[in-house]
Amino acid sequence: MKRYIAAGVIAALMAGVAPATAATQVDFWHAFTGRLGELLDEQVSKFNASQDEFVVVATNKGNYSETLNAGIAAFRAGEQPDILQVFEVGTATMMAAKGAIKPVYEVMAESGLPFDQSVYLAAVAGYYTTTEGQMLSLPYNSSTPVLYVNKDALKAAGLDPEMDLSTWEQVGTALDALKESGNKCPLTTAWQSWVHLENLSAYHNVPFASQENGFAGLDTELTFNGDVQVKHIETMGQWAKDGKFIYSGRRNEGGAPFRAGECALFTESSAGYAGVKKEATFDFAIRPLPYWSDVEGAPQNTIIGGASLWAMAGQTPEEYKGVAAFFNFLSSSDIQAKWHQDTGYLPITMAAYDATKASGFYDENPGTDISIIQMTGKAPTANSKGLRLGSFDQIRGVIDEELEGVWNGSKSAKDALDSAVSRGNELLRRFEQANK
Amino acid sequence: MEKRVVFDNRWLPYLLVAPQLLVTIVFFFWPAGQAIYQSAFIPDPFGLKTQFVGLGNFEYLFSNQYYREAFLTTGVFSVLVTVSSMSFALWLAVLADRVIKGSGAYRTLLIWPYAVAPAIAGVLWLFMFNPFTGIIAWMLSQLGYAWNHNLDGGEAMALVVAASAWKQISYNFLFFLAGLQAIPKSVIEAAAIDGASFWRRFWTIVFPLLSPTTFFLLVVNVIYAFFDTFGVIHTITQGGPQQSTTILVYKVFADGFIGQDLGSSAAQSVVLLVLVTILTVVQFRFIERRVHY
Repeated sequence: MKRYIAAGVIAALMAGVAPATAATQVDFWHAFTGRLGELLDEQVSKFNASQDEFVVVATNKGNYSETLNAGIAAFRAGEQPDILQVFEVGTATMMAAKGAIKPVYEVMAESGLPFDQSVYLAAVAGYYTTTEGQMLSLPYNSSTPVLYVNKDALKAAGLDPEMDLSTWEQVGTALDALKESGNKCPLTTAWQSWVHLENLSAYHNVPFASQENGFAGLDTELTFNGDVQVKHIETMGQWAKDGKFIYSGRRNEGGAPFRAGECALFTESSAGYAGVKKEATFDFAIRPLPYWSDVEGAPQNTIIGGASLWAMAGQTPEEYKGVAAFFNFLSSSDIQAKWHQDTGYLPITMAAYDATKASGFYDENPGTDISIIQMTGKAPTANSKGLRLGSFDQIRGVIDEELEGVWNGSKSAKDALDSAVSRGNELLRRFEQANK
Repeated sequence: MEKRVVFDNRWLPYLLVAPQLLVTIVFFFWPAGQAIYQSAFIPDPFGLKTQFVGLGNFEYLFSNQYYREAFLTTGVFSVLVTVSSMSFALWLAVLADRVIKGSGAYRTLLIWPYAVAPAIAGVLWLFMFNPFTGIIAWMLSQLGYAWNHNLDGGEAMALVVAASAWKQISYNFLFFLAGLQAIPKSVIEAAAIDGASFWRRFWTIVFPLLSPTTFFLLVVNVIYAFFDTFGVIHTITQGGPQQSTTILVYKVFADGFIGQDLGSSAAQSVVLLVLVTILTVVQFRFIERRVHY
């Protein structure tokens, strides 16, 4: 009798467990914490609730660099997740690792789910697409730099808060007035290399590197020491010397003083919107990134930052089905539209943009559509499609160092950029060697 | 009388040291061997393919002017950290040793910072010295000094040294205090009765008697400055501005864990290994001779 009871208990347990094990687990490693982490978890639980075939388990693995590291270490140990969030700087590293990733277009084709690359914003998707037009990773959270303006500070300096700041020349006049009126921090920036060299180059349609900014091959060389870039950095250096541009650090350290009302102008990612909106107690506006009016063809379009989702190699077909289903879900327009509106990241599909427009969100939150207009206003050229450079995190480090030399007056703009180019090229050669 | 311990069993001594040897082999020799092996290759981050380059990684390193400068930076940094944390700790220990009332509370308070993780210590100091929002930066600006360690290499160095030393003071304090309390009071009292001033008593009696402790701490602090400080540097300056705070161990961390350049990172670890071996030999050969046990 006891035996029958035991068997019955086991059967009952298995019956209870069965539905849970039937669902395929899809592991998703990401770099979001705080509010963004909550919003991401919300999306994941929505997906898990929408069907019972797959369960996505999202795990935070630290910041972008740490997440990429965790993914690489896990791959080497044969324990890689199904989906890895990788920042745009790591794109070339992932692309070069052919045996470590499974391209999105393959994952989607095998799943049999509808997948049309043309619904994604060209300017965003282009970053993650091969020169043959095949999408390698799914665009997820992309942003682009914009100019944040403290209107109260402009008013205090006797300027019209609605004044035109679309060119650097006009920004220069505003800075003069701000400085004159005793403003301690007329202009500051976040992510100096991304905003003032990478985006500057794309926006003025000049190359940042040869081989279509690295898209066309590993044998690329940096070229961001051209006239346009030198002129811009020289001007910024002069502003730094005059106390009109205040350097606040390599990442987004400038966000705190801007939100506190100490800085008047601030160049930062469109995804900084959520923070500014929440904390700023002054009247602020979002404006397009300024350009130099004497450069022919400017403004082109800006390029993105942020991250995309990669499917890792070596998983079961079942798991890839789950990855495809999740990617399909993330690309749906209502999910994307909500993400865009909540975070300030760009919508990744045209449908999500149209849905947001139709909902009247842009009218209620003026300036939130500037990022997307700035990116999609013109069809991307070879110079403005994006950047795909190996060891790019290190190259940015080199650029940061050299720019610091300009800001503290120990180097001329030309010397600093020349030196950054030659030091960066060394790193590119090493990357090429490692990925022969 | 025979002073040495004599074992009857031939194998017992080997058995007794075996655990220690095993730990040393697994956690020191094996990783060190791996580092030397890896320094001869340029692998891609995922370990899919790898290029043998022989000494190429070292050539690449030493042809880089910034890497050569990092040696000087490391020297300046470790001397400043070691000297400031040890002298400050000694001063505090001497003061705490003289306190009679509430000495327990003082000691506890002085030991606290040691429990703080390096990265947290870095963030704490960063908050205080943030050029825009930091309280100390604000005080300095009231005095007419514009603090911005993002641009000024000297200020950045001062900040990472202060944060690193601050964290280590507690540890040094503990050892100095224990050392001070082990000195027989009668010796000092006798000197006092003979009319020796406080400073004379300190330099001729206390400090020499503290020399074993001081030597031990010197070794520990140099190793700390060399290996355990990258958390502080990463949170405060990321090695900047212009590499003015890039010490060797930070470069290993940055190239290996941020830049994914494992070949160069391994080669740098080997360089560090050699450097610390030399330093340790120098310390034990030359400085230890001046120590009275």
